[in-house]
Amino acid sequence: MLTKEEVINLITKKIPNSEVYVESLSGNDHLQVTVISSEFKGLSLIKQHQLVYAALKNELASEAIHALALKTQTFK
Amino acid sequence: METQVRNKIQNLIDSSPVMVFMKGTKLMPQCGFSNNVVQILNSLGIEFNTFDVLSDFELREGIKEFSNWPTIPQVYLKGEFLGGSDILIEMYNSGELKEKIEIELAS
Repeated sequence: MLTKEEVINLITKKIPNSEVYVESLSGNDHLQVTVISSEFKGLSLIKQHQLVYAALKNELASEAIHALALKTQTFK
Repeated sequence: METQVRNKIQNLIDSSPVMVFMKGTKLMPQCGFSNNVVQILNSLGIEFNTFDVLSDFELREGIKEFSNWPTIPQVYLKGEFLGGSDILIEMYNSGELKEKIEIELAS
């Protein structure tokens, strides 16, 4: 089981210049994650989500994170 | 991924202009995220085919690699990966989804 801090660390390590917010939907394996990053500028939504998924690749594969609702955006 | 699995995925994508890989069926989605996608497409009155990945373990794992996308559901429009549940919800709310699908289906 991951803590919210671990999820945030995994994402910010892979995607610098980002703000990450994690909420539990049910238990700590169903997560709502919001990532705001300047790295997303000019990227399609699919590419933005793929960056976040890549940061959590092992955790998704092992089902340490079972479900992930994801929202990405650039800084306004 | 085995060529056989890759070919099966490609054939499914080619079989329908809008193809959804999901958990469960249109009438009985087995996961909230898959249900979101079915509800959205139904509300737009769009015809689509689905494949239940719970019925085929190799395909369930294969589609993740195929699309470079680790979660189910996955939606393909005219052979192109459109996104999963979160992206469809966002595109639906902005009105972009209806427009994009209508343009693609008309061409």
